[in-house]
Amino acid sequence: MKNHVWRPLYVVLAVVALVLLARKVLVPADFGVGPRGYMYGWHRPSNEQQWKEVKVKYRTASFCMECHRDKYDEMKESPHRNINCENCHGAALNHPDDPRYLTIDRSRELCARCHTRLPYPTSSRGVMKGVDPKTHHVGLDCVTCHWPHDPRKEGHQR
Amino acid sequence: MIDRRTFCKNTLLIAGGLALPLSALELFDPKRLLAEKDQKGARWVFLVDTRKCVGCGFCVKGCKVENEVPYDANVTRTWVERYLVTSDGKTHIDSPKGARDGFPRKEIEIGHGKLEEIRDEDIEKAFFVPKLCNQCDNPPCVQVCPVGATYQTEDGVVLVDRSWCIGCGYCIMGCPYGVRFFHPVHHVADKCNFCYHRISKGMQTACVDSCAFGARRIGNLRDPEDPVTKVIMTERVNVLKEEYGTKPQVFYLGLSKEVK
Repeated sequence: MKNHVWRPLYVVLAVVALVLLARKVLVPADFGVGPRGYMYGWHRPSNEQQWKEVKVKYRTASFCMECHRDKYDEMKESPHRNINCENCHGAALNHPDDPRYLTIDRSRELCARCHTRLPYPTSSRGVMKGVDPKTHHVGLDCVTCHWPHDPRKEGHQR
Repeated sequence: MIDRRTFCKNTLLIAGGLALPLSALELFDPKRLLAEKDQKGARWVFLVDTRKCVGCGFCVKGCKVENEVPYDANVTRTWVERYLVTSDGKTHIDSPKGARDGFPRKEIEIGHGKLEEIRDEDIEKAFFVPKLCNQCDNPPCVQVCPVGATYQTEDGVVLVDRSWCIGCGYCIMGCPYGVRFFHPVHHVADKCNFCYHRISKGMQTACVDSCAFGARRIGNLRDPEDPVTKVIMTERVNVLKEEYGTKPQVFYLGLSKEVK
């Protein structure tokens, strides 16, 4: 057959070779079908490890307890016992090395998350002790009168 | 000329060959067989008790910090919705900033910075519903990904490969629960992954740890002794949008018909 018939074929073959080469270079070696099959498991498995290596910021109360046992014990006896330290004190990260000090949120807004009175009949929010922050000692921090670790005790002057 | 013997032989051969199912010719992959037979790993599931949620929003705050979701951007991996059903039969729903700061006002946000006041005596029922990724057994978001950047792990968590995502947004559109969003910093799709870095270390998710009311719990469905599994198996749990066939794995206690 004539050469001009074959020429397009060479072009096609060259393109295919180029695509295959680019694929080899660009697609990670471990890319493939995982245990969930083609539809849900087509991925790069090393990414799972990358997600596992994300830094843990909230270290939970059991981490705080190692040094601040007294505070932990006081909390465990109080009606606030289920609140995690880091909810108000901020994420521990590598405390005490980094950060050296945690930024404590003593704002009214923090307490108002739970203690703004919302009279909801079918939610457990309705039975929580609450105030109207617009009228309840405006301008004062809640911790002035209420001790957050144990709200049955009086607050502290900072 | 074909004789009768050859004809009969060939007929039987062809009929027999046609009757042979295609699956009989499949070569078995021993690894796959083993995986199907003995699933020892976890299957992470979530249990939300809407009766316990008070809408404090500590879960949303915890999630944003733990997973480095830009704090002030209007995106979040988990959020809490407030439902108010009034005596005129209307349902009012809002979630200011995804309830990152809880629900500081009685008024319902109706968009564009406008608030709607609802009188206490008009409220027939009111409750809070935390939402997060359902880690579906048939995740539609994974099916639509054109590049294989989102996938489901063996333990049921749907993850996004940030280095491989091209940001086309198909998955964001594909999720019927609206849990996916475009990450403003990494410029890829982002979603709740049950704090994969925490659960794979034996910890709980950041939202579960920050919930003081036990409204959020995470468990392993393949462990029959897991307290969460026991609740799912024995109590009246519900899931969201079951009719989509996505097989969501976030189970809800005390779900009301207003919740979609």
